[in-house]
Amino acid sequence: MPYSFITHEDRQAMLSAIGAASLEELFAPIPDELRIQGPLDLPPALCELELEQHMHQLAAKNAPAGEKVCFLGGGSYDHFVPAVVDAIASRGEFYTSYTPYQPEVSQGNLQVMFEYQTLICQLTGMDVSNASLYEGGSAAAEAVLMSMSTTGRPNKVVTSASVHPEYRQIIETYFEQLNSELVTVPAPDGTVSIEQLAATVDDDTACVLLQHPNFFGCLEDVAAAAEIAHHHNAVLVVSCDPISLGLLKRPGDLGADVVVAEGQPLGTPMQYGGPYLGILACRERFVRRMPGRIAGQTVDRRGRRCWVLTLQTREQHIRRERATSNICTNQGLFALRAATYLATVGPQGLRQTAELCLRKANYAADAITADRRFSRAQHQPFFKEFVIRDAKGQVEALLDEATNSGFLAGIPLAPWYPELEDCFLVAVTEKRTKEEIDALANCLASVSVEAPVAVTQ
Amino acid sequence: MRNTQATKLVFELSKPGRHGTRLPESDVPERPLDELLPPAAVADDPPPLPELAEPDVVRHYTNLSTLNMSVDTHCYPLGSCTMKYNAKRNERMASLPGMANLHPYQASATIQGMLQLLFDLQRMLAEIAGLPAVSLQPAAGAHGELTALMVAAAYFRELGQRRTKVLTPDSAHGTNPASARMAGFDSVTIKSNTQGLVDMEDLKHKLDQEVGVFMITNPNTLGIFDDQVGEIAELVHKQGGLIYLDGANMNAIMGITRPGDFGADMMHFNPHKTFSGPHGGGGPGAGPICVAERLGPYLPTPVVVRQGERYLLAQPSPHSIGRVRSFFGNVGVLVRAYCYIRTHGPDGLRRVSENAVLNANYLLSRVKHILPVPQGDRCMHEFVASAASLKKDKGVPAMDLAKRLIDFGFHPPTVYFPLTVQEAMMIEPTETESKETLDAFAEALFRVTEETPELLHESPHTTVISRPDEVRAARQPILKWSPPD
Repeated sequence: MPYSFITHEDRQAMLSAIGAASLEELFAPIPDELRIQGPLDLPPALCELELEQHMHQLAAKNAPAGEKVCFLGGGSYDHFVPAVVDAIASRGEFYTSYTPYQPEVSQGNLQVMFEYQTLICQLTGMDVSNASLYEGGSAAAEAVLMSMSTTGRPNKVVTSASVHPEYRQIIETYFEQLNSELVTVPAPDGTVSIEQLAATVDDDTACVLLQHPNFFGCLEDVAAAAEIAHHHNAVLVVSCDPISLGLLKRPGDLGADVVVAEGQPLGTPMQYGGPYLGILACRERFVRRMPGRIAGQTVDRRGRRCWVLTLQTREQHIRRERATSNICTNQGLFALRAATYLATVGPQGLRQTAELCLRKANYAADAITADRRFSRAQHQPFFKEFVIRDAKGQVEALLDEATNSGFLAGIPLAPWYPELEDCFLVAVTEKRTKEEIDALANCLASVSVEAPVAVTQ
Repeated sequence: MRNTQATKLVFELSKPGRHGTRLPESDVPERPLDELLPPAAVADDPPPLPELAEPDVVRHYTNLSTLNMSVDTHCYPLGSCTMKYNAKRNERMASLPGMANLHPYQASATIQGMLQLLFDLQRMLAEIAGLPAVSLQPAAGAHGELTALMVAAAYFRELGQRRTKVLTPDSAHGTNPASARMAGFDSVTIKSNTQGLVDMEDLKHKLDQEVGVFMITNPNTLGIFDDQVGEIAELVHKQGGLIYLDGANMNAIMGITRPGDFGADMMHFNPHKTFSGPHGGGGPGAGPICVAERLGPYLPTPVVVRQGERYLLAQPSPHSIGRVRSFFGNVGVLVRAYCYIRTHGPDGLRRVSENAVLNANYLLSRVKHILPVPQGDRCMHEFVASAASLKKDKGVPAMDLAKRLIDFGFHPPTVYFPLTVQEAMMIEPTETESKETLDAFAEALFRVTEETPELLHESPHTTVISRPDEVRAARQPILKWSPPD
């Protein structure tokens, strides 16, 4: 058995100290009739070299970003991760430690949490941040639940069709248990209809949830939405792309009360969807209803500045069924990655990253739509993502063809938006070069001219 | 020797004009910014982040790391958390580009290796659980609890049954009642008897047809296998309810008994515990759930299915509760769990449990001469000692012992949990500690209990800080750094 110290002699000595005749005796409390007969039906053990060979075989059946040029987004992005981030996150003292229950032996983790919280406040313009949640979608759901409990309005939440469809699905799942209603306002040209939003939000509405830049990459009128929400004493929750904040006004400066985000763009690899980190920051008045871990500053018995987990009376291990949430962890390792990333790029690096995304995405939209088969489906300003309509309506075949030519070209929107079944979403990060963008545009254009479009499954 | 300069706050190390990274110039034709974005949307300045050079960042965080205890550096017998060794090979495998650089919305044809891994993991977890239907989506154990309870609620809705209650033993993790509440149930507590097992009289008294789910941790948080579980399952099933197993303690029973075999209808795994995904300073974890056949249609979407030789994502059925998380799940953690299971095989997993139980019993045999262990002479993978008499006789609470153990180079056990034991110290050595380390721990604990209360009250003495003022932290919260006025 791997990773074991117990020799045959150890085992005998230990059993003898215990006063047990055999290992079997230690399992006596488990009644025979509840035991499994025979070994588990699992594949046999692999040694390290065999495991490595097996995993390389599996990895070879995947076509990762890097091998293909990645233009996929929708909440997870192929951003550049400086080597510093990997180096720090692979220190065993960070990744093999746990929740800092004992502050004396966890000052490293606690200070990182405190720095992370500060960095997130600087980034979003909020007063307080927790130490992170699972990922962007459940962070949005937690923000909605927090708004409902703070306002005492358990029945209604208003959102937009331009919010990530999976985030809305998560909220729908949670709401199924709570008999609450999620009202989705349409986004006719890629952004929420402000008129319909105004007509939908009322005095029963706990919060308005918007995304900015939204799922289609377009910029929302956050200030107008804030005015509508606040007119009815509802909370404005804004889900944002943290990279965009190098350039765009912060949600806090536009009137948001709660900011959530998928933290993956801040130094976390895509990893087929997780683990990531959910960012949740808010105004001071929500702090005692916030979900998740929070680190706070204090002093030790000699008056030295230090950090502890605090405001724990919100949490499940103290309050059990009366807790603000059932969450009992944060994504510590990814909060560390985000902190390291932000400290490394700094304000100018973040601005430059955001500008490169913006410029390259705009260039890519122009390059792709140079072919008349393709047009932008919406006409609002966008940050690093945009929606392309295929006049031939053969999105799947087109994207398959692009894959064969070396591009992960876009995300088909049909599964979420029937009205956009002839559309796909393209994302462009700072990593993409003009050469790669031109090649993608050429590839898509050549499919339209040459390839007889096959009907694929 | 400690570098106190580098461990100032990162904001205090900042100096305007420094930068840690340089990006390429834009290679696309230059256009004025206000052609691309409405000026009203653009900030005048970037956010006020700190400005550091790359060596500053490295030295700062490297020095901070040395202020942590971790499994790589210390014995970490934190009960209930299963702080076992995290194999380096799993880190390497999870960061292969063909695993780490996959986008969650890639077409299935481009991720057949990943889908095969996840499909096989679904089947392996089902086998270890003895429950056939699996969702890998939940992001943590608590998230798995919540998801399974929502599955149960959907199942009862479909049956047209109104079941409003979830029962949890008083020794349960706090997440159990909190998850019940979030899933729309009322949480009802069941007492433990003097042996620390479920009080059957109390259960029978509170069990009725409004009970949807009985949540049980088995082995429980006292480290005891509740051998009444078969009878409990029978009683709950007779009333039409379901049994949920909190899988936090699966490290004790792999290959020996399966939750599905002792009556559970649903369970979650904590792969970061049982299958050694590193704990990451608090996360990430994952919380895959396994459920009985009849509950499978309600699992969240998507699951991985195989059609001939191809692997695909699919909705379990039209009855699915929907999504509980964006994208597929905490895949990086699941890849490590897969590697762990493949490394051990069926015999190895059983050996893990045997050695975890052997180590815990051996440590118990030594500790019981130092501190009473109210629930007896034998345990499964962990046990709970009590400092109640020491507190009464010498005024030394469990926390003082915990803090002083740090000076001897041990991470403290979990203290004050479970709530059913006074001055609880919950000790879980795991299978990846040696007899020598366990002997040293027992020796340290013995020496600590012999020391003067004054020395203990002021411990730890060897750490960078000691006994932070937690009351002050909560009463006058400082939750972020602010620039000096």
